[in-house]
Amino acid sequence: MEFFLQMLVTGIVVGSVYALVALGFVLIYKSSDAINFAQGEFLLVGTYVCLTLVASYNIPFIAALLITLAFSAILGFAVEKVVLRPFIGKPVISMIMATIGLSSILAGIVHIIWGHETRVYPPIFSETPIRLGKVIITPVYAWSFVIVIAWLILLSAFFKYSRLGIAMRATADDQQAALSMGISVKMVFAVAWAIAAIVSSVGGVLLGNINGVNSSLSMIGLKVLPVAILGGLDSIQGAIIGGLIIGIIESMTGGYLDPLVGGGLKEVVPFIILVLILMVKPYGLFGKKEIERV
Amino acid sequence: MLTLNNVEVMYNRVILVLKGMSMVIPKGKIVALLGSNGAGKTTTLKAISGLLKSEDGEVTDGYIELYGERIEGKDAEEIVKKGIFQCMEGRRVFEHLTVEENLIVGAHTRKDRQNIKADLQKVYHYFPKLEMLKHRQAGYLSGGEQQMLAIGRGLMARPKILLLDEPSLGIAPLLVKEIFSIIKRINEEEGTTILVVEQNANIALSIAHYGYIMENGRIVMDGPVEKLLENEDVKEFYLGMGDKGRKNYREVKSYKRRKRWL
Repeated sequence: MEFFLQMLVTGIVVGSVYALVALGFVLIYKSSDAINFAQGEFLLVGTYVCLTLVASYNIPFIAALLITLAFSAILGFAVEKVVLRPFIGKPVISMIMATIGLSSILAGIVHIIWGHETRVYPPIFSETPIRLGKVIITPVYAWSFVIVIAWLILLSAFFKYSRLGIAMRATADDQQAALSMGISVKMVFAVAWAIAAIVSSVGGVLLGNINGVNSSLSMIGLKVLPVAILGGLDSIQGAIIGGLIIGIIESMTGGYLDPLVGGGLKEVVPFIILVLILMVKPYGLFGKKEIERV
Repeated sequence: MLTLNNVEVMYNRVILVLKGMSMVIPKGKIVALLGSNGAGKTTTLKAISGLLKSEDGEVTDGYIELYGERIEGKDAEEIVKKGIFQCMEGRRVFEHLTVEENLIVGAHTRKDRQNIKADLQKVYHYFPKLEMLKHRQAGYLSGGEQQMLAIGRGLMARPKILLLDEPSLGIAPLLVKEIFSIIKRINEEEGTTILVVEQNANIALSIAHYGYIMENGRIVMDGPVEKLLENEDVKEFYLGMGDKGRKNYREVKSYKRRKRWL
């Protein structure tokens, strides 16, 4: 039982980070119908920037995180402006191909600047484990969870109540009608990319704190794609719940099944679940259905 | 207030849709723009509201002036800010947003955020139905309700000129009457200038002060509504009336009468 709870807690924490990164996919998909394959590299760049600030320049973690977020926002704006703006109004597939190219470029840049050996964050959170009954939680897990939840609440409120958030949802529904309302669609795209870059770098920093940083961290981008698809590519709650489901399943498989088969199953199971769920619910768990009036 | 002078619009730099279109929309009036399919009515509206760009269209000649200021070729958002708001054909409500959120999006460009609550109430006053449905997802509304929402969304922007593209499209005749009477009230009570594009000439002329008739990308006839209603050609081709009252379609002989403006 203890083992089960332990695995559950790990799953929830990792899953919540997945959820946050999946939000990046969802935002970009919602605003421009494209899938951003460079999401994992955004995450990588974010975590390296933060690591450098903390480890090499001895900037306090909170300040470093804020600088990283600002940097990511600028990166998101820049990428949207330089790489993707020319593809507005072109077939979506070309935009998707552009993001694949972008992911290679970013990965290359990261390699050139930071090399490829694993580096670790200096201890930021205290090492004393927190005890919840019989379950032991390390502070880094607890803090990650808190930070992610705060971000999710913030973003949900943004989309529900803020003028820009509502305008972004409107643009996702009908671009031309949004134009006719006087919404700047370019602005909406740019903000979507900026938020996507920000959430992935938060995710990256947290995962970096948990597992250490190396270039394979960008694989999270691919792993999170099933999360987003599972929840329905265009649903924000979907991304959150999808993230938790995949996180928990992954951690459980790692705990119970991997020892039986000699490991590796953990990496595959999310994708198996993805296929199974999509067979039953093609829009994903919470994807928006096309509303058809007859 | 709004003047179009000799406007030419081309799509994709090849297809000439408007061929020297001129019209004047006086302040505080309802102007009806009538014409058959493909005459260029919607293109005219999009040329005014700046939505042409998103469809690869372009004003290639002539000019559009709002209070003496040239606005052709400007971005849609800028034109909305200047006070011209287009309700697009086919309603185009944001299906996954609630009714109230749709209305709030309508007020996107407004600077005076504190008045938005009051304006929501105003829209609900014109369209009481919308208030009952305000937390409903807009995609599940009926066609008539969506049209009300589309017009209400326009009101939220507090436009000087409201461009309505076929508000009667696909809506039950009774509701069409209701919607047009509300349009008239909006014009009278808010003083909003309205340009309404319609195929249903009867209903459009029943509320308009002035009418333009369009064919093949240019205006072929215009005048105050009373005059248009007396014109034989308008009666025959747009209102379905012959010399002896309502036309019997069995007796139609298309060669009997030629349009005199051709």
